Amino acid sequence: MSATAKSLTLHLGLLAVLFALQFVLPAYHHGNLARIMVLASYAVGYNILFGYTGLLSLGHALFFAAGMYGMGLTIQHAGFTPAPALIVGILAGAVVAAALALLALRTTGVAFLIVTLMFAQAGYLTILYFGEYTRGDEGFVIQAFDRMLWGIDLSNPENRYFAAWGLFAVCLLLCLRLVRAPFGKTLVAIRENEERVRMLGYNTFAHKLGAMVISGTISAAAGAFYGLLFGYAGASFASVQYSIFPLLWVLLGGAGTVLGPFVGTLFMFYLIDLSSGVTTAYLLIVGVALVLLTLFAPQGLTGELRRRVWRWLP
Amino acid sequence: MELGPYILLASLEGAVTAAVLALTAVGLSLVFGVMRVVNIAHGEFFMLGAVIAWFVAQTVGGHPALGFVAALVIAPLVVGAIAAAADMTILKRIDYDPERTIVATIGLLYIIQQLTLMTYGPEARPVEAPFNQRLALPWFEWGEEGFEFYFPWGLSTTTYKLAVIGAAGVVLVGVWLMMARTRIGLLMRATQADRDMALAFGIPVERVYALVFGIGAALAALAAVLIVPIQQAHYLMGADPLLLSFIVVIIGGLGSLPGTVVAAIFIGLSDGIISVFFSPTLAKILATLLVGLVLVFRPQGLFGTRAA
Amino acid sequence: MTLLSTRGLSKHFDGLKAVTDVDFDLEEGEVRALIGPNGAGKTTLVGMICGRIPPSSGTVQFDNADITALPAHKRILRGMAYTFQITSVFARLPAAENVALAARRRLQGEAVDEAVDDALNRVGLLDRRDEEAGNLSYGHQRLLEIAMGLVQRPRLLILDEPTQGLADSEIDAFKALIRELSAEATILLIEHNMSVVMETADRVTVLNFGEVLAEGTPQQIHENDAVQAAYLGTG
Repeated sequence: MSATAKSLTLHLGLLAVLFALQFVLPAYHHGNLARIMVLASYAVGYNILFGYTGLLSLGHALFFAAGMYGMGLTIQHAGFTPAPALIVGILAGAVVAAALALLALRTTGVAFLIVTLMFAQAGYLTILYFGEYTRGDEGFVIQAFDRMLWGIDLSNPENRYFAAWGLFAVCLLLCLRLVRAPFGKTLVAIRENEERVRMLGYNTFAHKLGAMVISGTISAAAGAFYGLLFGYAGASFASVQYSIFPLLWVLLGGAGTVLGPFVGTLFMFYLIDLSSGVTTAYLLIVGVALVLLTLFAPQGLTGELRRRVWRWLP
Repeated sequence: MELGPYILLASLEGAVTAAVLALTAVGLSLVFGVMRVVNIAHGEFFMLGAVIAWFVAQTVGGHPALGFVAALVIAPLVVGAIAAAADMTILKRIDYDPERTIVATIGLLYIIQQLTLMTYGPEARPVEAPFNQRLALPWFEWGEEGFEFYFPWGLSTTTYKLAVIGAAGVVLVGVWLMMARTRIGLLMRATQADRDMALAFGIPVERVYALVFGIGAALAALAAVLIVPIQQAHYLMGADPLLLSFIVVIIGGLGSLPGTVVAAIFIGLSDGIISVFFSPTLAKILATLLVGLVLVFRPQGLFGTRAA
Repeated sequence: MTLLSTRGLSKHFDGLKAVTDVDFDLEEGEVRALIGPNGAGKTTLVGMICGRIPPSSGTVQFDNADITALPAHKRILRGMAYTFQITSVFARLPAAENVALAARRRLQGEAVDEAVDDALNRVGLLDRRDEEAGNLSYGHQRLLEIAMGLVQRPRLLILDEPTQGLADSEIDAFKALIRELSAEATILLIEHNMSVVMETADRVTVLNFGEVLAEGTPQQIHENDAVQAAYLGTG
């Protein structure tokens, strides 16, 4: 079997298993997995910029929140139905990502990271500032009757799982397609040696801009779906923590691998889920995981798998 | 209160903020300047300083000044030692790679913060100031009968607040003397200028790094001990000093100590005065946007002259 | 026909004059060597030609168009190719992908694979196409750089010290390759190795202290007293 066939089998296989799991999982894990698939979509988006293009952003919560609030506020205050609201959310993410990219991509390395952090923080504070509409930290609930998408009730767990699966499938396959396309390969080359890519005649700025917009748009889609499926939008989703989470998931799962974001999100979700039963200081796990990963497994789980066993893994 | 006295009061409060901020930010700036890494856990070292000050004050008992003085010595030492240990066990192993250091110090942030939550708990606790006399301040005005002065109600400060400003000034001069006049300062400056050259000249760069990381954290802890009689110790108190230090270090020009101090005074004072006119949230929004834009369009800082 | 010409091209770094007032013309189809002592400004000059370094003053014309204001990637698209002095391949990508990145600027789909294999074959690296570039020997990495240059089918191929660090046998193969390439591209060669210069170049330009010291056939340059003095330091 060729590498392409193998990787297609693997990824479609994962999607098939995730689809089948909804019929066998108990309610609690059923709900968890729906949540994980939406968050993993966010991580897939993050990975395109961090894992494949090599740009470390600490501001992705801004895109996630742009999607969530673009969707939520139009439903809440403009009386939109879910379909156009989702589109508004995703577009909001794309626009915000493009605007931030035009500023932040003028910098490199640590400065890029701090610039993204600062603008995301400004976004978070802006949500708090307009508390009259956003209800700030407290957030607002999107009522079940507002969550009917084409006659499908998204507050129903089965439908919700299916929608989450659909979103994740689209994001995963999009990412798989992207990294096999010349554009994705150029991004990888930029990660490895930007100056060389430039001297091969590529407009590296335009490529990085494209990567950031795609990454931000996927993140916004995840944010919009998260708000719609779980019926809530709150400022905590725009906080620094939600910029650090996708970084952690991707690092754990394996930066620059298509499967990594899902693997990382799955592991981390259950790790935090289990430990929060034991202590309120469950974020300790996040800290320890970040330090250990940086020290001992910068490639992450899937990265190690690729290094040791499946060299063809995209 | 009228606007004039109100602004004077805001400036005084701002000066206290500026003093504490200058210490914290100089710690961050020192680490960035010499080691070329950004320490995201810096705010947690600040928080640890405050929490340890509370523990020490509790243990010592007696006159508040005893506990406070003990805390002033012990907290920076303990925090400095913790930071140096973190440097040697974590940062050294990832070879101070700028991006991986940031990820690792984010991890460190959570570890310190959550361990504090587990041991110290979620409460905010005060430390008593060693002395705290209220000083009423006069205000001058041209009245109907010419120049007159009076004591507007509410326009006051305390001896302790003035002492904080003075102490911060003394410590900053001390840091400057250390960098400019001592052998260890020379080693730091040599390492900052060219790490490889320093290594070639037999400077123990690794030990210099551990020391700088420790001193940087100790300065934050010291700042926290000074502020904890005014602002209580809490496990989440590290976020604001981190953000403000970032703002100061970036506006002052990355790694430039004089620039950092100037920016700290500028930010501290304007923070006090801006909050008279704007909501604190709006002030923070403007400040974060300012930092972002400065990094994009003027990476050498507003007060710096060349790239760091 | 003149393919490339510079007029009054200068670069000053903080008052240090790296290149001063260089008028340089390159005829289509020739192999030109650019030589000069270390620090003479060769890499700076070439950097200004291909857009890596913005000039302090002066103009660059390529193919009858003023390209002074164009960013590097647009100059490359007009038919320049530049290979780095310090080996700068994508170490963690396979050799074939390195070349493919260069090829995809002008080709798509199957044609990329064919062009890649052809370029690797010409530099003798076809059997190593799937190896990670970082695992190749130093000499092979230099050859890979050249493959990345020639797969672009450039009108002007700029090679910055391509033989630096190569073994004698590899240098002989390189000379043959240059002679072969000269049929299809104009070549600008920064070179220290005089045997390479003498055997491959049609003309030689000598740079010293950022200025053009002499220009002529290899033979003329070889016999030029000023050049001798610059190199031997007896002037």
